[in-house]
Amino acid sequence: MRYAETGFNLEVDLTRGNIERVPTDPRLSELHLGGLGTNARIMWDRVGPEVQPFDAENLLIFGTGLLAGTPAPGCNRTIVSSLSPQTGFSAFSMMGGFWGPELKYAGYDKVIIRGKAADLVYLYINDDTVEIRDAKHLRGLGTFETASVLRQELDDPHVQVSAIGLAGENRVFFASIEQGRSSASRSGMGAIMGDKNLKAIVVRGSKDVLVARPEEFLQHCNDCLKYIKHRNENPLRGVMPIMAGLGSPQEMAVHDEQWHTENFMWGNARERRKGFWTPEIQEKWTNTMENMRTRLLSCHNCPMKCGASIAVDTRFCSYMMKCFSKLTYTMGAYSDLEFGLTIAQKATEHGVDAFSAPQTMAFAVELYEAGILTDKDMPDFPPDNDGRFYYLLDKIVQREGIGDVLADGTYWAGKKIGNGAEEYAHNNIKKIEQLPLKLGMLNPIYFLMYCTGEKVNITQIEGNWPQAPFPKKEHREAWCEDWPHVPDDRFKEWFIEWELRGEKSIPNYPDIPATCEIVNWQEKMHYIDDSTGMCAGLSSFPYKPPFNIHNLPGLISSGAGFDLDEEALVHLTKRNRNLVRANNLRRGMTRADERPPEDHWKKRFPELEQKLLDEYYKYKGWNKDGVPTKETLHELALDYVYEDFVERGILKADEGELVGVGTSEGGAS
Amino acid sequence: MVKDKKIIKTIKVNVDLCNGCRACEVICSASHALPKYSSNNPARARIRVIRDPLSDIYVPVFAGEYTPSECAGRDRYIIDGKEYGECAFCRASCPSRDIFKEPDSDLPLKCDMCESDPTLEEPLCVTWCLADALVYEEREEEVEDAPKPEEVDEGLEALANRHGWDKVVDAVNRMAKKG
Repeated sequence: MRYAETGFNLEVDLTRGNIERVPTDPRLSELHLGGLGTNARIMWDRVGPEVQPFDAENLLIFGTGLLAGTPAPGCNRTIVSSLSPQTGFSAFSMMGGFWGPELKYAGYDKVIIRGKAADLVYLYINDDTVEIRDAKHLRGLGTFETASVLRQELDDPHVQVSAIGLAGENRVFFASIEQGRSSASRSGMGAIMGDKNLKAIVVRGSKDVLVARPEEFLQHCNDCLKYIKHRNENPLRGVMPIMAGLGSPQEMAVHDEQWHTENFMWGNARERRKGFWTPEIQEKWTNTMENMRTRLLSCHNCPMKCGASIAVDTRFCSYMMKCFSKLTYTMGAYSDLEFGLTIAQKATEHGVDAFSAPQTMAFAVELYEAGILTDKDMPDFPPDNDGRFYYLLDKIVQREGIGDVLADGTYWAGKKIGNGAEEYAHNNIKKIEQLPLKLGMLNPIYFLMYCTGEKVNITQIEGNWPQAPFPKKEHREAWCEDWPHVPDDRFKEWFIEWELRGEKSIPNYPDIPATCEIVNWQEKMHYIDDSTGMCAGLSSFPYKPPFNIHNLPGLISSGAGFDLDEEALVHLTKRNRNLVRANNLRRGMTRADERPPEDHWKKRFPELEQKLLDEYYKYKGWNKDGVPTKETLHELALDYVYEDFVERGILKADEGELVGVGTSEGGAS
Repeated sequence: MVKDKKIIKTIKVNVDLCNGCRACEVICSASHALPKYSSNNPARARIRVIRDPLSDIYVPVFAGEYTPSECAGRDRYIIDGKEYGECAFCRASCPSRDIFKEPDSDLPLKCDMCESDPTLEEPLCVTWCLADALVYEEREEEVEDAPKPEEVDEGLEALANRHGWDKVVDAVNRMAKKG
C-alpha cells in the first residue's frame, strides 16, 4: 500500500504519441521523498550531460510533492524539472495552486514528458483517461484564455490547467508555465514546454489520496491551523510588516510599499529612490490596489491569502497575481502601480517570468539610452517608458526583431548585442536575472546563499534566520524565548550576540562556522519543502513558521507511512541536495559560477569571500571545487554519482579530488 | 398540522470572504472517510466550492436533499451585472449533475453537519475555514412535524431511480434470503 503518493507516474512520449502509466519503486520515495528529490533522481538517471535543453531527449517533469493532495495545509506544490535554456543546467521551478493535488486525485505523482509533438497538442488527464489532443486552435492564445477555452470545450469547470502562452510557444528563455493562481516562472520551463509543442496539461481527478496514520497525521494538521490562527492574530513584532506574518510576503494585502520602493532598485536594477514614498504616492497606490484587487486568494488547502484577483478594465477578474510581481514591472519601468498591475495582465497571458521579463526590458531601455541599441534596432520605439515596456513585451514574446535577441535574457542578449552591452547585464547569477537589490556591506550568510543556491533565486534558499540583527539585545533575547524552530540552542546564542555594529556584526559575526550552519539550516528547510510539496510560506520561508525541522518528521512519517526521525530526515535531505548539485556539476557547473553579481554589495572582502566558500564547501563535504567527495557520496548512498564523476574526470578515483572541469558556457542557443 | 420546536443547524456562507482554497472539501471528505481521515477526495465532499476564477466567483455550497428529477426551471441569475446559471449554486444532488454524488456508486451525498459522538463544536469545514467564509449557526425554529425519510429509504429510492423498482426489489429479496 502506498500512502500520500499514488505510486504511479505518467510517462508521455510526444514524438511517438505514447502514454504509459508506470508504477514507481517505493524505495525511491524512501530515499528521496518526492517532488524535487525524485525529480532529481529521474534527471540523473535519464538526462545525461550531453543532452541540450531543446533536445527531444530532454525531459520535462511535473512532479508533485510527496504530501501534495493530503490534508496537510499548504501541501500543494508541483516541482517542474528540466534543463534550463538560460543556464544550460538542470533547473527546477515550482508552483502551488490546484494543479498538483488534482493530479494526485487523478491517480498520478508525476507527469514525465519526453520527445516533441509534430504540431501543437495538449495533454488531457481525467482519472484513467489520458489523451494527447490537438491544440492547433489554441496557438497564440494567452494562458488564461487557453484555460477558459479548454474548460468550455470540455464542459468541465473543475479541470485544472497548466498552460503556456505565446512566450512559451516561441521558446522565450524566461517563459513561464501558468496555472491561474500560480506559475512555474523561473528558468524557462515554459520554453521547454513550447519546444515540446505542448500547449497545456489539463487535469481532473476523482480518486482518493490516502494517509498512513490518519489520527496522528490530522493532529499535525490541526496543530498547524491552530498556530496559523494564533499568528494571524498576533503578528511578530520588531520586524518589517511584510515579514511579520506567515505565507509569502503579503504583497497583495499590504499598501505600505515604502520598504520595497525605497530599498530595492528601480530601472535595470540601478537606482535607489530614497524619499520616493510620499503621502501622495501612498494615497494613489492605495487607491489603485483597492480598485483593481477584487479578492485575496489562496492555493489548494491553505489559509494564507498570498494571491489576489486583479481586475483590469471592467472585468471582475482579469488575472491572478501574487507576491513581488506587484512591483517588478512598476519599478523596472520607473512607472506607477496602475501600470504595473495592467501590464502584468498581458505578461501573465503571454506567460513570462515577472522577475526576468521586466529586468530584460529595463536592460533594453538602458541600452537604447546609452546608444548601444538604436532606432534601427527598435523602429518606432515609443518615447515614454510605459509605451516602451509594452513595445518590448510584444517584441519579446513574438521573438520579432530585437525581441528575438532579448528573449534569451540579459546574459545572452548582452553577448549577442556586444558593443559593451554585456556590462549592462549586471544583475545575474549563473546567467539568471536576480532580485533588484544593491546593498552596502557584504553579508556572509547571504554571500553563501547567493553563491551556492542551486535554484539561483534568493527567496528559495533564505528564510528562517532573520535578515538583519535587532538593534537591542533585550529584543533579541525576547525573540529567542519563542523560537523552537532552530536546530539547536547554539543558533539562539549566535542570534543574541549578533549586533548591528561593532565587533560582533557582519562581516565578522556570526563567524564562519556559525555562518555555515545558519546557511545550511535555511537551505535544508527548503529542500524538505521542495520534496514534500509543502509551501515555503508555511515552513522554510517566513520567520517562526508552523512547520520546522522538529515537527516535519512526524508529519511526513504519519502521512507517507515512513519511519523518519529528525536525523534520518536531515540525512535524506542531504542526499537530495547533493544529487541536485551533482546534476549541475555533471553539466559543467564550477566554483567560478558561484558568485553574486559584482555590484550586489559596495563593500566586498575578496579574501574573506574565498575563505567562506572554502569553509562552506568543506562543511558540506565537498572538495575545494565544490564537488561532493567520495566519502560524502558514499555516506549518502550516492556511489553511482561517484562512479560517474570518476568516469567523467570530475573526481579522481579514490582521492575525491577535482581534476578538470568543463566550460559553463553551455546554455542553449 | 402539528408544530414542533426544533434546533436547526446550518452553515452560513459568506461568499465575499471565500479565498477559494477548498480546505472545506478536503477536511469534509477526509472526515467522512473510513477509517476517519484515512483518505481525502474532494469528489466525495459534501461541500464544494463552485469556482469560476476569471469571473471572481467562489461559492461554497454544502449538499442538501437529494432530488430525484432534473430541475425544470433553469433560471438565469444576474449578479453584479454578470449572468450565471442557477444550476451551479444548487445544493441538491440530482440526475443532471455529478456534484454531491459518490463517484463510485452515484449515490447522493448529504451534509450531516459532522454529527458524531462525541459531538463536535461545529462542522469541520467551519473549523478549517480560517477565512471565516463558513460560519456555523444553530437556531430554534417552529417546524411542521413532517416525518423524515429514513436513511435506508433515501438510499433505496436513489437506487430505484437509477435501476427501477423491479430490480431493487429483486435484489433486496435475493439478498434477504441469503442473509
